[in-house]
Amino acid sequence: MLHQLRGPAKSLYQFYMVGFLVFLALPLSIVAVFSFNDSLFAALPWQGFTLDWFIGQTEPKLGILYDDGLLSSIAVSASIACFVTLFSLLLATANAWLFIRFDFPGKNWLYIGLLLPLVIPGVILGVAILVASSNLANSIENSFAWELEWLRPGFVLVVIGQVAFITTIATLVVLARLRKFDFSLEEAALNLGANSWVAFVTVVLPFLSPALIGAAMVSFLMSFENFNTTLMLVGSDAPLTIAMYDRLREGSTPVLNAVSLLLMLGSAFIALVSMLFDGKNKQD
Amino acid sequence: MKAKGLGFYLLLLPFVLWFVLLIVLPHLQMLELSFIKRDYVAGDSVGWYQYQQFLGEPLYWRTLLRTVWMSLLATFITLLVSFPVAFFIAKVAQGKIKRLLLLSCLLPFWVSELVRTYGWMILLRESGVISQGLMALGLTEQPIEFLYNDVSMLVGLVYTSMLFMVVPLVSTLEGLDQSLIEAGYDLGGNGWNVTTSIIVPYAMPGIVSGCIMVFMLCLGNYLTPRLLGGKDSLWFTEQIFTQFITRFNWELGAAFGVILLLVSSLVVALGLKLSGQSFSRTLGR
Repeated sequence: MLHQLRGPAKSLYQFYMVGFLVFLALPLSIVAVFSFNDSLFAALPWQGFTLDWFIGQTEPKLGILYDDGLLSSIAVSASIACFVTLFSLLLATANAWLFIRFDFPGKNWLYIGLLLPLVIPGVILGVAILVASSNLANSIENSFAWELEWLRPGFVLVVIGQVAFITTIATLVVLARLRKFDFSLEEAALNLGANSWVAFVTVVLPFLSPALIGAAMVSFLMSFENFNTTLMLVGSDAPLTIAMYDRLREGSTPVLNAVSLLLMLGSAFIALVSMLFDGKNKQD
Repeated sequence: MKAKGLGFYLLLLPFVLWFVLLIVLPHLQMLELSFIKRDYVAGDSVGWYQYQQFLGEPLYWRTLLRTVWMSLLATFITLLVSFPVAFFIAKVAQGKIKRLLLLSCLLPFWVSELVRTYGWMILLRESGVISQGLMALGLTEQPIEFLYNDVSMLVGLVYTSMLFMVVPLVSTLEGLDQSLIEAGYDLGGNGWNVTTSIIVPYAMPGIVSGCIMVFMLCLGNYLTPRLLGGKDSLWFTEQIFTQFITRFNWELGAAFGVILLLVSSLVVALGLKLSGQSFSRTLGR
């Protein structure tokens, strides 16, 4: 195509692409750079290089490594993400197997149902789950006088809310891989005397493993960085995105830049690993 | 496999539990709540009370109209910005550069939306990099506030949702046969003809699925309008949050949720209808 473009048009197009890449990189690089600024504000003028926003031990330059509030919110986020990943992955594997291996009446409708969470705004999903769980908690309290604390906003509800939509995404990842599976391999295992469970574990699961790892990483990241659904379901222990949002409203310090830089490095690492598995996924 | 054995039902069970308990039931309960009118003297009653309140208060429905309008605008701008990029990645760049470009488009979106929005705040605010940079260059005397207006909010929305436009566009454009473009030029078309009558029609499925995703993301966004848009830029998700968390008026908040869900479903259905695409094919890739 580019051979059709000559002279100024071609340069203009390449110039546009460079501009686009700058647009993409600018906000993130600015965040990273200002995590090293020796100033109480993430703003110009540049006050010199410092690592205080990472390792500072005293206020006002309390670094992320000594900021208990942010550290505990990272722990909350990580444990939420672990639960969400576990449940979504189990559900995704079962769902993918169900939709690939079985024909049943209403399958197309159920597939549309599977995709539905993609077009529900996160805030609404969160609100709906909040309403349903409060209704349930209230009616249990009224009839049995039991107060079920886990049905009120907090850790469990955040996990439930995130599982609701992350399952869809994880299922799509696993489905894409399972579509390429040669089911004669499974039949061969069955002919050789394996029962269907043994055939699944020894033949299908190894084939699925790159997609499962990929889906796990996607689920973990999506859970870790989710804001909209979490916002409606959060209790007293704030996950990282919510804690950062609260700090931002109070007036930010560059410790947020330091956290952001660590987040970027972490996500980039996970993303690169998952792309590696995705590449392997597409090769065979 | 048509087996209707125990295995089938054991696999159906988790799906049905997830779908009914986490998706269907909560939304039905939200719908139910939206029709309840609380009255502590006369007792609760059922009716359109919440929806009448929505229609009766201009702030509410104007916020909804504004949210829809700004989301459509953001979707359109995202399409304009992303199309040349997707075309470059799919058809112009080769080998290593192509992979590198795609990777550099993907990576920023693995970083939390909060961090991306925060980056724009540091750039655009009065004490921010652009304003101070302009002052240092002597281009302005006073710091300029670029934040808290519709333009900065649109920039944030476009930036946040771009990936969901670029990826489907790239995957449809990759299937476009180079010879079709060449034939267009051979028949005397210029760049504009070829783009509008060959490339764009071919990319339609990608355009539709990208637009639906981006529109949904903008409509349901909370962070970007809140942090970049300032006090005057009301967003409908903010109204839902306010009713639920700040005012504790869950009935009205539920009605707002139902309304937003209806509007978004309508727009998605309309988009699919107008372009002749199917829901499971565009989104269930």
